[in-house]
Amino acid sequence: MIPAPFTYHRPADIASALKILGEYGDDARVVAGGHSLIPMMKLRLTAIDHLIDLQGVESLRGIRVSGRDIRIGAMVTQAEILADRALAAAVPVLAEAALQIADPQVRNLGTIGGNVANGDPGNDLPALMQCLDATYEIEGPGGPRDVAARDFYDSAYVTARADDEILLAVRFTAPEGGAAYVKQKRKIGDYATAATAVALVKSGGKCASASIAMTNLADTPVWAQDAGAALVGTDCSPAAVKAAVAAMQEAISPVEDNRGPVDFKRHVAGRLLAEAIATAWSRA
Amino acid sequence: MTKMHLKLTVNGTAVDCLAEPRELLIHVLRERLNITGPHIGCETTHCGVCTIDMNGKSVKSCTVLAAQADGATITTIEGLSAPDDLHVLQTMFREHHGLQCGFCTPGMIIRAWRFLQENPDPTEEEVRFGMAGNLCRCTGYQNIVKAVLAAAAEMNSAKEAAQ
Repeated sequence: MIPAPFTYHRPADIASALKILGEYGDDARVVAGGHSLIPMMKLRLTAIDHLIDLQGVESLRGIRVSGRDIRIGAMVTQAEILADRALAAAVPVLAEAALQIADPQVRNLGTIGGNVANGDPGNDLPALMQCLDATYEIEGPGGPRDVAARDFYDSAYVTARADDEILLAVRFTAPEGGAAYVKQKRKIGDYATAATAVALVKSGGKCASASIAMTNLADTPVWAQDAGAALVGTDCSPAAVKAAVAAMQEAISPVEDNRGPVDFKRHVAGRLLAEAIATAWSRA
Repeated sequence: MTKMHLKLTVNGTAVDCLAEPRELLIHVLRERLNITGPHIGCETTHCGVCTIDMNGKSVKSCTVLAAQADGATITTIEGLSAPDDLHVLQTMFREHHGLQCGFCTPGMIIRAWRFLQENPDPTEEEVRFGMAGNLCRCTGYQNIVKAVLAAAAEMNSAKEAAQ
């Protein structure tokens, strides 16, 4: 269970990291907390000749909360997200999701950048970022650019980030109204059997806007636009929730694995979404 | 393969060693530095027997590369007390039968040590959640939780007595 040999780099700034990445191209990978990448390296599922450790790049750290504008550096760990009171006050749903990732030791090293950029459909934060319409700040040889979380994921481990680019930060506007992240897993530390992120705004007793995204129910996170639309203008009554669940079922495409058969996953997804809508509505 | 010159502080002592960057920190500790308190269990980030304290945080040392740890300050179970003495956590694990085979115990105790610094007066539920990254196949956890709670009470009353 030891990775294949590689050359190790620990650049001190983003320019140096990009230079190394540019020099070695496909043979190089960046590592943040390493809690997705190192297990894959140990299983020899990925071959890396040059490993670029970002722990020395100070500009990738830090959480900025100014009003409802949130910016979280790619190297911020889940534990740091949970410890930040201003962030928890502004976006309680982010802490709710981060607390359901793995276990305390993993959260101490696992980062938001690794979680969203690795492209593992089992990761929890991509769906939440799609729900919140987050923007990923990415930098490559051509300079920085922004990619919407809703446009970032192509298929499992394939994303809009090019091989010579690095994720710098995640940026979003804290949701108004209520939000919830609800996850079912077999045990603490497991990936989701299914999970869902819901954010909605209540106005005059009706749902004014709603956004819904799903985790681990396709080979990418799924932003279920029609499911959110099904709630708008309703009072999130059982009929409206049923319509949202039906629209969500159209958007996901789960496959059978050791977390269960397809029918079971669809059943769990439906129950979780109904629960998440009720919770978000009660918080709105 | 080229080895790296690693500088670490382990249990209060500055140490140097040579290791390949790809070696896992648990292997460096056990095989190069003879620190055999942290064990190797699943080697897949699940079981927590390799838990150590690195730069003030509990981590699973099977999922840290030797190279990533260069410059780190590390505490293992060996760092908690002298060989002929016991840390209060160790005493409470013994008194409350918080172990049977003992394989998970070094990871349990070093995690509990950090957890009680993060949360000195936890509820039972908080102990269970805070210790969730450490698996035990013998005890059913009941006595581990009791031991951690008893250690917290003991440490808190010692703190009060000192004030």
